[in-house]
Amino acid sequence: MTHLPYVVAAYVLGMVIPGTFALAAFLRMRAAQRRLAATDRRRRG
Amino acid sequence: MDASSVVAPPPSGRNPGRSLHRFANPGRFLRLSGAALPWLAASGAVLTAVGLVWGLFLAPADWQQGDAVRIMYVHVPAAWLASAGYFGLALCSLLSLVWRHPLADLAAAEIGPVGAGFTALCLLTGSIWGKPMWGAWWVWDARLTSVLVLFFLYLGHVALVRAFDDPVRGYRSGAILALVGVVNLPIIKFSVDWWNTLHQPATISFTGAPTMYVGMLWPLLFAAIGYTLVFAAIVVARTRAAVMERRIRALLMARADEAAA
Repeated sequence: MTHLPYVVAAYVLGMVIPGTFALAAFLRMRAAQRRLAATDRRRRG
Repeated sequence: MDASSVVAPPPSGRNPGRSLHRFANPGRFLRLSGAALPWLAASGAVLTAVGLVWGLFLAPADWQQGDAVRIMYVHVPAAWLASAGYFGLALCSLLSLVWRHPLADLAAAEIGPVGAGFTALCLLTGSIWGKPMWGAWWVWDARLTSVLVLFFLYLGHVALVRAFDDPVRGYRSGAILALVGVVNLPIIKFSVDWWNTLHQPATISFTGAPTMYVGMLWPLLFAAIGYTLVFAAIVVARTRAAVMERRIRALLMARADEAAA
């Protein structure tokens, strides 16, 4: 394959940048769900 | 004519602001997005993986560019999403400014960083593609420069939304910047036609037949649709988190008020 380092670098970026955003969004959403449930419980209790 | 007839929407329910507000209820949004998100994320991941593997191993190399053309399967979807994401940001800003749509502010604030990330991906992969083809990592070409301006518009929006103590002022200022920045989208699109650029003109358009070999077109379509679904899933997940965080703040404030009373 010609230009292999360039192709590999582009594909790595193409997976790492969206993957990082997706992971961060998922973790933030899970944390918010847990905190909301805990806050709601404390308020009712 | 009394005041209520001016303020109230027509009884037919055809007022666009009113019908949009039906989907702005945070509880309804959390329910609908919670059901859609796993499908969006899973289909986006699968289509992206298919498009990238197809483009990397099965699609033919270009007779002039060799295998460097495979960078296209990352670069073109990122470029498409950089512009489409900004269009979404501007649309949310319009909804926010005109109809005071409660979710539009949150969605705009969450699209900004994701759009900046995909614009950075477009610029980086373009630079990686440019080095072996043009002999330079960067040239001040009209297309490259206008996309760099788009990246700065995203960063400006992200900074402006967070720059005020009062979040509503931040959302309003960000919305105005987003709407002003829309002028850059046609400049990006037509830069390759209006100026003599190093960047190649469009090979796919909505009006004409593509000038690309079909064996390259299919993996590109898979990657573009896949990345679009991934982008949407990220924005939906971030907006869900923002809605829940706002609800947590409201509950804590209510508890503090009760304690003070």
